[in-house]
Amino acid sequence: MSTSPPLLELSGINKSFGPVQVLRDVDFTVTAGEVTALVGDNGAGKSTLVKCVSGIYSIDSGQVYYDGRAVSINGPREAAELGIEVVYQDLALCDNLDVVQNMFLGRERRSGLVLDEATMEELAAQTLAGLSVRTVKSLRQPVSSLSGGQRQTVAIAKAVLWNSNVVILDEPTAALGVAQTGQVLELARRMADNGLAVVLISHNMNDVFAVADRVAALYLGQMAAQVPIAEVTHAQVVELITAGRSGDLGLPGAGSGEDHGLNGAQG
Amino acid sequence: MSTHIEAPAHAGAPTAAKGSRLSAHVRDYAARVRGGDIGSLPAVLGLVVLCVVFSILRPNFFSPGNFANLFSQGAAVTLIAMGLVFVLLVGEIDLSAGFTSGVCASVLAILLATYGLPWYVAVAAAIAAGTLIGAVLGFLVAKVGIPSFVVTLAAFLGFQGLVLLLLKEGTNITVSDSIVVAIANRNLPPLLGWVLAVAAVAAYALIQLNRIRRRAARGLAAAPLSIVLIRVAALAVLLGGAVYVLNVERSLNTLIASLKGVPVIAPIIAVLLVVWTFVLDKTPYGRHLYAVGGNREAARRAGINVDRIRISAFVLCSSMAAVGGIVAASRDHSVDPNTGGSNVLLYAVGAAVIGGTSLFGGKGRARDAVLGGAVVAVIINGMGLMGYSSGIKYVVTGSVLLLAAGVDALSRRRAAATGNR
Repeated sequence: MSTSPPLLELSGINKSFGPVQVLRDVDFTVTAGEVTALVGDNGAGKSTLVKCVSGIYSIDSGQVYYDGRAVSINGPREAAELGIEVVYQDLALCDNLDVVQNMFLGRERRSGLVLDEATMEELAAQTLAGLSVRTVKSLRQPVSSLSGGQRQTVAIAKAVLWNSNVVILDEPTAALGVAQTGQVLELARRMADNGLAVVLISHNMNDVFAVADRVAALYLGQMAAQVPIAEVTHAQVVELITAGRSGDLGLPGAGSGEDHGLNGAQG
Repeated sequence: MSTHIEAPAHAGAPTAAKGSRLSAHVRDYAARVRGGDIGSLPAVLGLVVLCVVFSILRPNFFSPGNFANLFSQGAAVTLIAMGLVFVLLVGEIDLSAGFTSGVCASVLAILLATYGLPWYVAVAAAIAAGTLIGAVLGFLVAKVGIPSFVVTLAAFLGFQGLVLLLLKEGTNITVSDSIVVAIANRNLPPLLGWVLAVAAVAAYALIQLNRIRRRAARGLAAAPLSIVLIRVAALAVLLGGAVYVLNVERSLNTLIASLKGVPVIAPIIAVLLVVWTFVLDKTPYGRHLYAVGGNREAARRAGINVDRIRISAFVLCSSMAAVGGIVAASRDHSVDPNTGGSNVLLYAVGAAVIGGTSLFGGKGRARDAVLGGAVVAVIINGMGLMGYSSGIKYVVTGSVLLLAAGVDALSRRRAAATGNR
C-alpha cells in the first residue's frame, strides 16, 4: 500500500517475563504519514510491545530499526531522543498546572534563570493550531477544568510538540464520549497527514476502521497479520484478534476451528 | 458562600469606559471562585472581619503601637509557614519545623554567647544547621520511603530533646548581640521606610507594565491595563498606609526614647516573600515543585527528578525554620527550651493553610504564609488585648486551623463537583 520505507521497524522481537513468553518473534512496521492500528485481545501483548518500543522494557532478542538504522532503545529518554513519544492511557497530566505548563513539563524553555512563558505559550499555540485544535479555549486554564477529550488532546499535543516522528496512542478513546472520540480520531488522522507515524492502540473496531490505514493484530504474543485496512473486513479483524487467523490471513498454526494457543497447550 | 463571591465582583465592577475586558476579567475571577478555586479569599476576608471585630471591641487594637506589635508577634510564625508552603506543595508535612527553629536558635545562641563568634557566623551556622536537618528529613522521606508524617513526628520529639541537650537541661541563654537583637526589635528610620515603600511600588508597577507590554507585543493575551493599575494602586495604598501608621510616634514618653518607624523585620519578610514568589512562579524549579505535588507520576514521566525535588522542599522548609528561629531568639533576647516549641508549629501550619495552601499538595504560594501569618498574629494579639486566658486562645486558634483545613477540603470537593477536578 505505501511505497515509502517504514520509519520504525521491529523484527523478530521476543520478550519473556520469567517463564511467560509475552512476545514471540513479533514483526511490526510503522510508516510515516500513516495511522497504524495495533489491535489484540487483553493479554495479547500490545502494551508490552509499546513498552519495548518506548524503552521501558528491554527486549530479549530481535532488532529495532529506526529510519533504516539498527537502534537499541534503553529507557524512555532515548526513545524521546529518537522522536518516539507515547501517550499513555492515564494521560500523566498535572491537574494543578495549566495547558502550557503541562505541555512543557520537564522541558521548560527558559531565558537565563527565568521561565520563558511567552515563547512557551506561542509554541503551544502553534502546535495546537497545527493540529487544528479548536476545542481548547484558553491555554492558561488549568488542566483540571478540561473535559476528557480536551485532556486527551493536550496529552497528544504534548507528544507532538517535541518534533516527534512516531506517536503511539494507548487506547486514547477508551474513556471518551462519542463526540470527543471523534475529535481525538480526527486528531490522529491529522497528525498522520502532517507526516507523523501514528500508532493507535484500540479495542474499538469502529475507531480502527474510521481512522487507520493499516491494522496489525496481535494474538497471544504473536503478530497474526499486518495488512492494509482496505483489504480486510470488520469481521476478519475480529477473527484475527480472537482466533489469530481468518481465511488466508493469520498464523498458520491457529485456526478458528481448532483455536489452540501458541504453546499448543490448549485444544 | 454566595455573598463571598459577590464581594469581589462588585468591588471591581466595570466602569463604563474600561470596556468589556475588565468585566471579563472580573467574571473569570468570579467563575474561578465559584468553581472552588478560592485562593487567598478566605484569608483576606477573615483578616478584614477579625480586624473590624477587634477594633470595635478594643479600640486600642488599631493603635500604631499595637500595629507594630503585630509584626514582631507574627514574624517567626510567618517565616516558618513560608518554609512549610514548600513541603505542603509537594504533598508532604513537616511537623518538626517548630523545634527545628528551636535547634537552630540554640545553635545561634551558643555560638554568640558561649563562643563569642560574630553575628554573621552565628546566623550562617544556624541556617546551615537548618539546611542539614532538612536534607536528613528529606532523605528519609524521599530515598528511604518513610512517610513524612512519621519522620517529622519522630524529629519533633528528637529535636525537642536536642534543644534540651544543647541548652544543658533548660538553661536560658541570653542573646545580646546588637545586630541579632535588632532583627525583631529595631525600627527603620522613618525616611528609609518611605523610600523602601515607594521603591517597592515603583518596581511592582514597572514589572507588571513591562509584562503587559511584552506580551501584547507578541500578541498574547495579557491582563487588562485597568486591572494592573488597580493592583498597583492597592499595593500603594496598603504600603503607604502601613508606613504612615508605623512612622507615627509610638513611645508613651518621647523624653525617654523615641519609638517610630517600620520594624526591621517587615522588609526582611518582604524580601523573602519576593524571592520565594519568584522561585515558585518564574523558575523551572518552582514549576517542578507544583508538578510533583499535582501528579508525582506525571512529573516522573516528564523526566523530573522527583526525589531531588522532594528533598529540596524539606531543605528549604528547615532552612526557613532556622530563619524563623533566629527571629524568635532576637525577639525574646534569649533562647530557652520552649523556643519554637508548644504551639509554634501549629500556628505555622495554620498560617500556611489559612492563607490558602492546600494540605493535599500542588497548591500554595509564598504569600499564603504572610496572609495566614497575619491572621494568626491578629488572633493572638486581639485575644491578648481582650484579656482571654491561654486556654481560650488555644481553643480558638485550633478552631481556626480546623476551619481553614475544612475550607481547603470543601473547596476541593466543590472543584471536583464542578468538573475542576
